[in-house]
Amino acid sequence: MSRNVLSAHFPSISAPAVVAAAEEDGSFKAPGTAEFYWPLIGGDNNWALTRPSVVLLISVALLGWFFITAASRLQLVPTRRQFLVEGVYGFVRNSIGRDVIGEREFRPFLPLLFTVFTMILLNNVFGIVPFVQFPTMSRVAFPIVLTLAVYVTYHVVAIRRKHGVVGYFKSLVPAGLPRWLVPIMFVLEVATYFFIRPLTLALRLFGNMLAGHLMLLVFILGGEYLLLRGGNVLLAFSGVMSFAFAIVMTFFELLVEFLQAFIFTILTALYLADAVSESH
Amino acid sequence: MTGNIAFLGYGLAAIGPGIGIGLIFAAYINGVARQPEARGMLQTIAFTGMALTEALAILGLVFAFVFRG
Repeated sequence: MSRNVLSAHFPSISAPAVVAAAEEDGSFKAPGTAEFYWPLIGGDNNWALTRPSVVLLISVALLGWFFITAASRLQLVPTRRQFLVEGVYGFVRNSIGRDVIGEREFRPFLPLLFTVFTMILLNNVFGIVPFVQFPTMSRVAFPIVLTLAVYVTYHVVAIRRKHGVVGYFKSLVPAGLPRWLVPIMFVLEVATYFFIRPLTLALRLFGNMLAGHLMLLVFILGGEYLLLRGGNVLLAFSGVMSFAFAIVMTFFELLVEFLQAFIFTILTALYLADAVSESH
Repeated sequence: MTGNIAFLGYGLAAIGPGIGIGLIFAAYINGVARQPEARGMLQTIAFTGMALTEALAILGLVFAFVFRG
């Protein structure tokens, strides 16, 4: 449905082949990763304004308006919105920031954690909000940029806390190891800190959002095909069941979307906790 | 029927991490059930372990896309 809405607004849209689940010859075309590329304005080049960028801009405007207006009208007896904002903030502050980073150090990192959490949560939930229906993070560039911010932060913090770059590299290997184990551990720890962590942080979010949305597409488009072009009653019935299952999976997606925002934030906090800790 | 064997490989690559993450969170739930006040500390350890274990499955997913030909 959202595709039709968008096509009406942007007639020049180069819609992927998925708009009709069936191709010209009437066979079913399974949805793939091509369904996630949606240039709206600017043609097919790297600087095109795409649908995920529009969703991201909407989410930033929405979050900014929501939190700024809520924060400028704080009252002793909270309104409903203030209660919601305080609930989310309290969750990030207490069960992510304070529990993971520790009572002494967690305060300076709260803005980062809160921004990352709310941003990812809203963008993920946009995946199942009618008329938006696009998880921004299913385009890998967005998680990469978020990860880049986290990556730079935890390295800079660690280099400051551990007395320079040399001290940082020294602190990677835990003290008290046998001498022959030190080079092996050093290679492993460098690989973990500099490659595996950012790679998995970005790709976990990306992979979950892509796979979840792709699964919804399969059930909905497959259900449509079975219902309209299946040809007999049994196939039409299985099409209806496929739609029903798509609804169930939508609620499952809501859970996954929240969980991924939580995991990204808690891993950010974990990496920061590693950076500020005195010992390894 | 057409398809790509790379994604079959991803399915196989996801078995190990799937079992591993199951074990990690089973241990975490056990730990919290026995000692609820240790929740914060256990959560940190559980999620560190999950991040390490899940890395394999995520690499599998990436390689499936890279090598799909």
